[in-house]
Amino acid sequence: MLHTFSIGELGRRLSAKEISSVELTRHFLARIERLNPTLNALITLTADQALAAAGKADARRAAGEQGPLLGIPLIHKDIFCTDGVRTSCGSRMLDNFVAPYDATVVARLKADGAVMLGKANMDEFAMGSSNETSYYGPVKNPWDTTKVPGGSSGGSAAATAARLAPFATGTDTGGSIRQPAALTGVTGVKPTYGRVSRFGLVAFASSLDQAGVFARSAADAALVLQSMAGFDPRDSTSIDEPVPDYSATLDAPLAGLKIGLLREFFDGLEARNAALIHDALKIYRQLGATTVEVSLPNLPMSVPTYYVVAPAECSSNLSRFDGVRYGYRCENPKDLLDLYTRSRGEGFGAEVKRRIMTGTYVLSAGYFDAYYLKAQKVRRLITNDFRAAFKQADLLIGPTTPTPAFAIGAKIDDPVTMYLNEIYTIGANLAGLPGLSLPCGYVDSLPMGLQLIGPHFSEAKLLNAAHRFQEATDWHRQAPRGYE
Amino acid sequence: MADWEVVIGLEIHAQLATQSKIFSGSATAYGAPPNTQADLVDLAYPGVLPVLNAQAVRMAVKFGLSIGAEVARHSVFARKNYFYPDLPKGYQISQYELPVVKHGKLTVTLDDGAVKTIGITRAHLEEDAGKSLHEGLAHASGIDLNRAGTPLLEIVSEPDMRSAKEAVAYMKKIHTLVRYLEICDGNMQEGSFRCDANVSVRPRGREKFGTRAEIKNLNSFRFVEKAIHYEVARQVELLESGGTVVQETRLYDSDKDETRAMRSKEEANDYRYFPDPDLLPVEIDDTFIEAVRATLPELPDEKAARFARDFGLSAYDAGVLSASRELGAYFEAVVAAAGVGHAKLAANWVMGELSSALNRDNVEIAVSRVTPTQLGALLERIVDQTISGKIAKEVFEAMWSEGKSADAIIEAKGLKQITDSSAIDSVIDAVIAANPKQLADYRSGKDKLFGFFVGQVMKATQGKANPAQLNELLKRKLGGAA
Repeated sequence: MLHTFSIGELGRRLSAKEISSVELTRHFLARIERLNPTLNALITLTADQALAAAGKADARRAAGEQGPLLGIPLIHKDIFCTDGVRTSCGSRMLDNFVAPYDATVVARLKADGAVMLGKANMDEFAMGSSNETSYYGPVKNPWDTTKVPGGSSGGSAAATAARLAPFATGTDTGGSIRQPAALTGVTGVKPTYGRVSRFGLVAFASSLDQAGVFARSAADAALVLQSMAGFDPRDSTSIDEPVPDYSATLDAPLAGLKIGLLREFFDGLEARNAALIHDALKIYRQLGATTVEVSLPNLPMSVPTYYVVAPAECSSNLSRFDGVRYGYRCENPKDLLDLYTRSRGEGFGAEVKRRIMTGTYVLSAGYFDAYYLKAQKVRRLITNDFRAAFKQADLLIGPTTPTPAFAIGAKIDDPVTMYLNEIYTIGANLAGLPGLSLPCGYVDSLPMGLQLIGPHFSEAKLLNAAHRFQEATDWHRQAPRGYE
Repeated sequence: MADWEVVIGLEIHAQLATQSKIFSGSATAYGAPPNTQADLVDLAYPGVLPVLNAQAVRMAVKFGLSIGAEVARHSVFARKNYFYPDLPKGYQISQYELPVVKHGKLTVTLDDGAVKTIGITRAHLEEDAGKSLHEGLAHASGIDLNRAGTPLLEIVSEPDMRSAKEAVAYMKKIHTLVRYLEICDGNMQEGSFRCDANVSVRPRGREKFGTRAEIKNLNSFRFVEKAIHYEVARQVELLESGGTVVQETRLYDSDKDETRAMRSKEEANDYRYFPDPDLLPVEIDDTFIEAVRATLPELPDEKAARFARDFGLSAYDAGVLSASRELGAYFEAVVAAAGVGHAKLAANWVMGELSSALNRDNVEIAVSRVTPTQLGALLERIVDQTISGKIAKEVFEAMWSEGKSADAIIEAKGLKQITDSSAIDSVIDAVIAANPKQLADYRSGKDKLFGFFVGQVMKATQGKANPAQLNELLKRKLGGAA
């Protein structure tokens, strides 16, 4: 039963001493032991540390301390450095890498008493939309284990959907929180770029990466984001902007809210998907919102733009994995070049190599202007489109993904088809905007996501809009069969 | 040999004297055991991020203001991508298209007194790499990342220099300047100040530059001069024998006194520069610039001009005495003690006895064993004729080794000059009486013997006789006066 409660409810019970964090932690560890072998959602289980942390949380509660996350278990995406615990990034390259420090996100949640159960599986270095590029094998979608959970934060999404933890962290570079949240029927929040520190988050594409949260409701996500968000002097791109009380405005009325329908999102949208979005809009209208059609003419260029910018940054970010100081090193290198080429050749998987090569190409002399510079210009145009749209609408609404979860193996050999999974999510990353995906129904018995995108630092508004929707619906309360 | 014109541009790397590295909190002290000054950022651990050291920016701006350059309101850090074990991230953070300082200039005075203005294209901030250690390890190379992330200011000149001497004069001037500004310790042995020289030749009168070679990592003024000489001779010989110069990077081998090819343009890396997304652009406003301007010291040229004007020094002396802030300060303190009217005497002593003692014992002027006040007091004794200039040198040596004041040494050693005419007279009388033959010879026309008598009197008085008085009295006595 404990796994069905919201974070708020768990907090009340912990506070009332009805349960202890140690009990709660044992409960989730037992679920993980039973269910994870099927799902493969976790790479590393940290049971001993978790129980020790839970004991500490209980002691803090006993000493009179309160706090919404004090003693609440979670799972961290294996892209966040965790002191003394392997941080693999889903790669053979870091299979042996034990981080010597905590990422800021990890440290903040730890300070608030959240209890890490383990590290979640993910696409290798967050490069993928299906969790099939992981060195540790694909994650199964709890709604249908022949299907992918999405990616790159597929382990975090599947674990949250399967109730292996009340919440999980993730990162979103081109949709890596929102897309798997949609495909597993959970609520995923990608904050404004700069809202949450990137320090200790192993970089994929620095100008796009943003840490966020998976939870089963907007109300839970608000509690978690409250802990994660805030300025960090160790991340020069984090922004020193006050963090509002996200829970305080969850119930604010939506009367007068102007919702923008992105024309580009509905062009060619499959009918059953479109119907779910329109059903959702009906609910918003009932809640007092009005809708207006808006257009982002440059949005169709977002996928090609992203697949220049992200690989360019990744090709440079991943240069540090050279077999010299940490991580995978090939056997018996015969000289320096051999050390580099074999360590990287053997340590990285195919998708990572593809993006490193693409990125190296677009930054090369003679191609830089045509690709990288052009992509940066288009990125600016897309950002301007969003800015203009937010003059007409408070929030933008559309689908999170074009289709529900697809079969494991269906797209892995066709990168371009795979990349198109992120067609609706990439825009927010390019513009640095916050986005949120929440469950809004089913296609082929698989969950679909409704995506909300807001102006910079509008997380409170997004959570409010999502929460009011969840008060009026129960999509988010539904669990995959066998995981209730 | 046809008439060739040499064209030189220098890229000087000055290590900025910040307490910590440019993007991490690690210390920058020289000579620590390997890898003890490298934190997770310097080691490029997964997930770490750079944070710019504001002090490094202040220092770069200070330099920019000192050469009358434009300080960029908006500059950008870029990544220079290449693989090397001493470059932990696989890229160096540098500034590429938008440097923090651009379009400055510097005036240098050459040995023949000619003055030349050298353009400075730009100065940008970047991080240093670590270093590879190949000695003492049997089957491996070691890497020391203590230096990785040390802030550097790369100062790029226009190709304005026309000889090795001009290049050295320019480099020395920059060396003086960065130490004046206290932004670099200038220590060339430790690599805090080094340069790459771009060298080409062209037939005199032709406008188009010849193909250049870049000589890397020159860490002494002498090597700069010798490497350029070698390179110019090599290029001229190549061209005169019908060959062509190829654009390449060369290394100067000081043991063999030659430059050798490292890599050609074709083999050169494609560094794939792009703006570093981990760092925001550096935005500098007027308030920042004015705050830095307020910390500018009197610059070397200004100080030299003031010394020449206020103290009546020659341009050469003024230049020497303003070559470092410490030397200038010492000199001024001596003048203050001895009096402005004796500035020339002070200049001679600081550049002469003091400098040679400092050099001989390898002592920094800031911790000189003879303080400026003490030296000033010694000069006062010359001025008031208590001792002669010659005796003063003896007193100075005693001050240097014993650390006592001039007066104490004069007193203890009885070096006070004899200015009592009757005392000098009696010595002269004794000397004349003891040397009748020389007296006769002198009186019969051997004027040169005058020096002999001076020497005898000085010997008898241990050099203490006032020289002017002695001359006058001796002339009279030898001429037959009573």
